[in-house]
Amino acid sequence: MGTAVERAGELSEAALSGDRRALARLLTAVENRTPLAEAALRQLYPRAGRAQLIGVTGPPGAGKSTLVAALIGELRRSGRPVAVVAVDPSSPITGGAVLGDRVRMQAYAGDDGVFIRSMASRGHSGGLAYATTAAAAVFDAVGFDVVLIETVGTGQSEVEVAATADTTVVVEAPEMGDEIQAIKAGLLEVADIVVVNKGDRPGAQRTASQLRAMLADAPREARPGGPAPKRPEVLLTTAATGEGVADLLAAIDRHRGAAGAAGDANRLTRAEAQVWAVLADRLRERARTIEAAPVAAELLRAVAAHELDPYAAADSLLALMVSAERE
Amino acid sequence: MTDRPIKVLIAKPGLDGHDRGAKVLARGLRDEGFEVVYTGLRQTPEMIVTAALQEDVDVVGLSILSGAHQTLLPKVCGLLKEKGMSDVLVVAGGIIPDEDVPSLRKAGVTAVFGPGTTIAQVAEFVRANARPRD
Repeated sequence: MGTAVERAGELSEAALSGDRRALARLLTAVENRTPLAEAALRQLYPRAGRAQLIGVTGPPGAGKSTLVAALIGELRRSGRPVAVVAVDPSSPITGGAVLGDRVRMQAYAGDDGVFIRSMASRGHSGGLAYATTAAAAVFDAVGFDVVLIETVGTGQSEVEVAATADTTVVVEAPEMGDEIQAIKAGLLEVADIVVVNKGDRPGAQRTASQLRAMLADAPREARPGGPAPKRPEVLLTTAATGEGVADLLAAIDRHRGAAGAAGDANRLTRAEAQVWAVLADRLRERARTIEAAPVAAELLRAVAAHELDPYAAADSLLALMVSAERE
Repeated sequence: MTDRPIKVLIAKPGLDGHDRGAKVLARGLRDEGFEVVYTGLRQTPEMIVTAALQEDVDVVGLSILSGAHQTLLPKVCGLLKEKGMSDVLVVAGGIIPDEDVPSLRKAGVTAVFGPGTTIAQVAEFVRANARPRD
């Protein structure tokens, strides 16, 4: 552990002084949840907390990457350093992935104020939210003013990731479905802002008005104990030409400024994702130490023989872990 | 925590517009369990090295059919070295005459895969030669 702490210190120092290679290495460590990542995040976390997190999600092909590229351009015009975490799915069969979001963002290769990082979703539950939140904290600590998190709006964990940003933008394309699609649970529920992209296509206006009509029917009051219902603005953009992108950025900044209690709730959700992921790792680690104990093998044998139920066995192991902790 | 898959950048330097091979390879390596960053057509050496650096890839795969390999590939290798990324494995594919291979190797391209190479051969070579991951 000593060497990981030292190496983390060196890399953090270097990343803080602008070394992009060191930053990239830290992000890899975070993605892999190595001891180095832990040591580095312990140093960097207190320096983070200022950056604006923007989640961008939506169905495949809606134009998310092109829109993110256009937002980068708009943000750079006002000199704000921008980081992007672009998530693409991992294969559940082979674990491999094709990360293709950079294709639309290559114009910024010579700009030191832009850093784009692709990430495979890797499928472990809770892991993606941890990895993206921790990556955002690293970017935040080294001075990136805005972190854009792009995920495909299919799959619960991907939607959750975008939903915990300060502002969540859901990107739709024209003619993607009728009103019934718009009232299905999931994607549109998490939107702070809805964008109908490809605004130059026929039907774009109609899609936007349908969405506005559906979203206007949303309840105005929170259910007791529930979160305040979101009442997203619906905007039109043509990301490929930049049309509407300045208005979108203005809407994002307005939303952030007005977030208040909802903003605090998002920050708590992000904290929860991180703390629970770390806690689960820690517990799994502890569980491994008692896995080898003879009593564990005996309990497993008893469950296999139906002499004991799995709940009782798990409780016994948990008691064992707690008592081992006290010694 | 988890065993990290090998991360590969597939890029097309230069001006030829033939990206079928690069896409087939990106997809094939995905099926072999790699994480493949694909950056698309018409990349300058600077764009490729920026992507390799930001993505912290283990391997850079360059597909080139334009005939400009003797200029562009050494440039990519040189920039990687300049950025302290000599540990990144560089391989190339496309249309590259055999007689050009020795000088490319000297420049830092570890392997050149010509037409007829199978995905499995590329995957095996990359697994055997990619830098150790921490």
